[in-house]
Amino acid sequence: MTFEVDKIREQFPILKQTMGKYPLVYLDNGATTQKPQVVIDAITAYYTTQNSNIHRGVHTLSQNATVAYEGARVNIQKYINASKSLECIFTKGTTDGVNLVAHSIGKTIQKGDEVIISALEHHSNIVPWQFLVEEKGAVLKIIPMNHKGELDMKIYQELLTDKTRIVAVTHVSNALGTINPIKEMVRMAHKVGALFLVDAAQSLQHFSVDVQSLDCDFMVFSGHKLFAPTGIGILYGKENILNELPPYQGGGDMIKTVTFEKTIYNELPHKFEAGTPNIVGGIGLGVAIKWLSELNLTEVQKYEDNLLAYATSELTKLEGIQLYGTAKNKSGVLSFLIEGLHPYDVGTLLNQQGVAVRTGHHCTQPIMDYYKIPGTIRASFSLYNTKSDVDAFIKALTRAINMLK
Amino acid sequence: MSLGEKENEIIEDFAIYDDWMEKYEYIIELGKDLPQIKEEYKVQDNIIVGCQSQVWLHAEKVDGLIQYTADADAIIAKGIISLLIQALSNETAETIIDAKLDFIKEIGLQEHLSPTRSNGLVAMVKKMKIYALALKNK
Repeated sequence: MTFEVDKIREQFPILKQTMGKYPLVYLDNGATTQKPQVVIDAITAYYTTQNSNIHRGVHTLSQNATVAYEGARVNIQKYINASKSLECIFTKGTTDGVNLVAHSIGKTIQKGDEVIISALEHHSNIVPWQFLVEEKGAVLKIIPMNHKGELDMKIYQELLTDKTRIVAVTHVSNALGTINPIKEMVRMAHKVGALFLVDAAQSLQHFSVDVQSLDCDFMVFSGHKLFAPTGIGILYGKENILNELPPYQGGGDMIKTVTFEKTIYNELPHKFEAGTPNIVGGIGLGVAIKWLSELNLTEVQKYEDNLLAYATSELTKLEGIQLYGTAKNKSGVLSFLIEGLHPYDVGTLLNQQGVAVRTGHHCTQPIMDYYKIPGTIRASFSLYNTKSDVDAFIKALTRAINMLK
Repeated sequence: MSLGEKENEIIEDFAIYDDWMEKYEYIIELGKDLPQIKEEYKVQDNIIVGCQSQVWLHAEKVDGLIQYTADADAIIAKGIISLLIQALSNETAETIIDAKLDFIKEIGLQEHLSPTRSNGLVAMVKKMKIYALALKNK
């Protein structure tokens, strides 16, 4: 089965829009992806025919909704190759997942313990760890990067000690596109007895990830960057580790029995899912992941890599382009500045021509500080983007440059 | 020319352009006519908070009228502040404080700016009015 982009594109109704007289060229997929018709239909169908609360009702609607929600969990389990579906905890998204792990692991962290993150992290994989180390008197260590945006594996090795409790690193950098050698990094962390959390927010929409092969202890991601609705995400954790962790939030669904003297927690995955969840979000995520897994992901990845290479080559033909993030292994992202031009001016004029990009620091201020720049212009791609999107982007960019120079 | 007349003139200036790319070309041109702020006034206190690019604004009272000078590191922001100065400079503090600036809506500028930039526009107007208020009785 080869990958036919036209057949994919026609499943995304939003892409048929025009912005004024220009067709929409959506290149802000790092921020969020658009939704295919099957996901939109699933949301409508849920509220039209299934809406009810899950896990408690004796009535048919509730049972059907529960089956759909738990079925989604199984789709997700299969997609990331977790050994059991109970290892997939529904969250609000990547940020929520990192906060959950930092909070629950935090209960066992002691003064002088060490947490390692990298120079490439999104603020959501920095700030929860800062909360933790401040509260516990622990130490936060940062794996540095080189000018291309690649992590320094030699220094990472030196940072790992018997005091390292957890390493939390992004799979793909949202600002620079670098793909980190996660499998090797997990192996190194395990050698000193540390746990490893993978931030997969930017990787799962581009290629398949096998948690058993990576051997990571946790992996977090967001549904909305993966063709699913906002407000839903997944924390994957190894069963034995999740069982040992204390719960995050208290409430309904996460308990087995409650008395005023003592509460017995529910089993996985419900122990970490307090309160009525985002049911339609979970179902939507299950549908999106099933839709994605029915594509030939090797072909998709090849297609996207070719598209990024084409965009990079076309962009660098223009004068005065400075690329940020030139790692050998890259996915999905073109971050750049144009000599003498402010990114907001460029972003505004691209928007006027129907091209959606992001400008700014991309929630990665430490990366911008490293390059001593306030921000970049970021074009980020997904499987429905085409060479004509790239051509329209370059044409709009050329016009913007001519106007601003 | 009264403020109302100046606003009408701006509306007419914009009306001759068909699409927003042309209007932006005009805004960029306006940036080049911006009354330049003196280097000594490009200080932290004169930065307009709420803009995504850096915009500096200075005001002084000359013969009872307020005069503004400004600069920005982004060209479009420069054009927008220049447009506002074109309208409000050389007016009395009272006129500036009461100005409704309907021309902004009339030319459709607000909806063509991203939300953050639109906030920037609001912040610019606010800072200009604050300066007018401060200089009112001086």
